[in-house]
Amino acid sequence: MIRHAFARAYLGLILIFLYAPIAVMAVMSLNASEFYALPFRFSTEWYERLFTNDEILAAAWRSVWIAVVVAIIATALGTMATLALWRHDFPGKRILQALLFPPIAVPWLITGTAMLIFFFGVGIGRGTPAVIIGHVALALPYVIVTVFARMQSFDRALEEAARSLGARPLTVARKVILPHAAPGIIAGALFAFAVSFDQFVVSYFLAEPGDSTLPVLIYSAIRKGFTPEINAVSTIIILISMAVMVLAARYAKFGGTR
Amino acid sequence: MSEVRVEGLTKAYGPTKALDDVTLTFPEGGFFGLLGPSGSGKTTLLRAIAGFVQPDHGRIFIGDQPVEGTAVEDRNIGMVFQSYALFPNMTVAENVAFGLEVRRVPSGDRARRVAEVLELVQLGPLGNRKPQDLSGGQRQRVAMARAIVTRPRVLLLDEPLSALDRALRVDMQIELKRIQREVGITTIFVTHDQEEALTLSDQIGILKDGRLVRHGPPRAVYDDPQDAFTAHFLGEANILTGRVEAQGLRLTDGTLLPGVTTARIALRPEALTASIEQPATPHRLQARLVQRIFSGAMGTCILDWQGQTLKLTAPDRALAALPETGGPQVWLSWPAGAALPLRDPR
Repeated sequence: MIRHAFARAYLGLILIFLYAPIAVMAVMSLNASEFYALPFRFSTEWYERLFTNDEILAAAWRSVWIAVVVAIIATALGTMATLALWRHDFPGKRILQALLFPPIAVPWLITGTAMLIFFFGVGIGRGTPAVIIGHVALALPYVIVTVFARMQSFDRALEEAARSLGARPLTVARKVILPHAAPGIIAGALFAFAVSFDQFVVSYFLAEPGDSTLPVLIYSAIRKGFTPEINAVSTIIILISMAVMVLAARYAKFGGTR
Repeated sequence: MSEVRVEGLTKAYGPTKALDDVTLTFPEGGFFGLLGPSGSGKTTLLRAIAGFVQPDHGRIFIGDQPVEGTAVEDRNIGMVFQSYALFPNMTVAENVAFGLEVRRVPSGDRARRVAEVLELVQLGPLGNRKPQDLSGGQRQRVAMARAIVTRPRVLLLDEPLSALDRALRVDMQIELKRIQREVGITTIFVTHDQEEALTLSDQIGILKDGRLVRHGPPRAVYDDPQDAFTAHFLGEANILTGRVEAQGLRLTDGTLLPGVTTARIALRPEALTASIEQPATPHRLQARLVQRIFSGAMGTCILDWQGQTLKLTAPDRALAALPETGGPQVWLSWPAGAALPLRDPR
C-alpha cells in the first residue's frame, strides 16, 4: 500500500512538472489583464483578437497546410522505405537502417544550419519548398520507426497464405500487408504532422521573412513584447498537438490496447 | 486433383542438406503423411512443392506439369499453415472467399461456393465472425475451407493440428479425414506426431537428415520397418543384436533364435509376452524385471537384458502374474513372425 501511494505521488509530481507551466499559460490566456495581474478575471478578449489578427491567421494556415503536405510526403516515402527494408535483404541494408536513426538525435539547430547551407548550395535557397523538404527529412525517421515497429508483428505466413491462394504480389500488398501496416502508417502520418507543425528551428532557418509558420511568428512576436495573445495561440497549438499525439499513440498502441 | 511427383529433389542450406535426392510419388486422391524428427526436411519438402523453397536440383510435377519454374501463386495449390494464417482484417467468409476473389470468380458463384464449403467444414453460421473470435478448432476449419474452396490440384498441410490440445486434435483428425474423403483431393501432410500420421495417412514417408528413409502404407511400414531408425521412429522397438549362425541368430547371452537371418531384429513392446515359467517356444529370452508400471488399461514392464533396457506393453490383466516390484528373472516370448528383421547397416 505504501509503495502504491508513493507511486501515485510520484506520477502526480511528474504530471505537475509537465503540465503546470502549460496550465498557467492556458489560464492566463483567459485572464483579462494584459500584465498577468491577479485576481483572475475571465475574458475571451485575447482569443477574439487572435481571430482578427490576419498575420497570425495566415501563419496558422500556412503551418497547417505545410504539416499536411509534409505528413503526406513523409508517410508515402517512409512507408515505401520501411516495406523495402522489412521485405528484402540487400547489401548495405544494415548500414542504411543504422543511418536512418541518428537524425533524430542530431540537434535541430545543427540540422537546420546544415540544410540552409545545403539548400543555398544546390540553388533551392529559402522559402516554402525548402521548409517542406526540411520538414520531410526530419519527419521521415519517425514514420519509418513507427511503421517498422508495426511490421514486426506481421506473421509472414499470412503473405504465404495469400500467395498459395493465388494472389500476386500487388494483391498481397494491397489486401494483406497494407491492412496490417495501416495503424502504423496512420500513427506515422500523425507523428510527421506533429513534427512539422511544432517545428521551430528548421522553419526559422528556411522560411523567408513574411512567409513564416506559426511557431516562427510567435517567436518574433515575443521578441517584440509578450502579449496574452501569444498565450492564446500557444494554448491552441498545444491542444492541437496533444490531440494529434493522443491519436498517434492510439494507433501505434503505446500503452494499452485497442 | 492430381498426382504429385518429386524426382531427385535436393536443397542445401550452407553445409546442411535439408533435402538430399528425394524421389517420391504422392498418389492422386491419397492422403500422404510426411513424418520425421525436426530438421529431417519434411517441411522443406512440403514448401518446395508449394513453391516457397527453390530446390537446388530435381524436378517437381503436379499432374504431368513440371512446376519448378512456376510461382507459388500459379501452382493452384491449397495450403494450411501451422498458425492457420487467417487474415485478421477479414471475416470468416471473406477469408474463405479470398482465393475465389483473386481468381475473379463472379460474386454470386463465389457466395454459393463459400457457403457450400463452410457447410462442409460445419461452420455454416459463423461466416460473419472475425478469426480472433473463433476457437482453435474453428480456426482450423476455416483454414481448411479457405484452402479447398478454390478446388486446388493438391492440398498441403503443414502440421495443421499441432496448435490444438490433445482431445481436440483427435476430433480434428477425424474431421480432416472426413473432409479429405469428401473432396477427394490429393493431400500431403507434414507432422512430427507419428500416431497422427498412422491414423490419417493412406501412405507415409519417413525422412531423416533430408533423405527419404522409408515410404509405404502405414501398416506395411509399421509391420516391416526394415531399419532401426524407422522401427524406433514409428512406434517403439526393442532392438536385439547378435551373430547370424546356420540355425539362426545367436544373441550375446547365448540364446539362439531360430529362423532369423539378420544380425539385428526389432521386437515391438506389444508383441512380447512375459511369464515366470519357461514358455514352450524357441522365440524367447530371459530378462530381469526392473519395474512394472500400471497406467490404466495398459501396463508396461521395464526389463533389463544384458545391460540393455527392454520394454513390454500389454493389457494390465495379462501382467497380473508378475510382481509389482522388480528383481526376478522372467521369460519374454513372442510369435515367430514378430521378430522384425533390420537390414540397414549399423
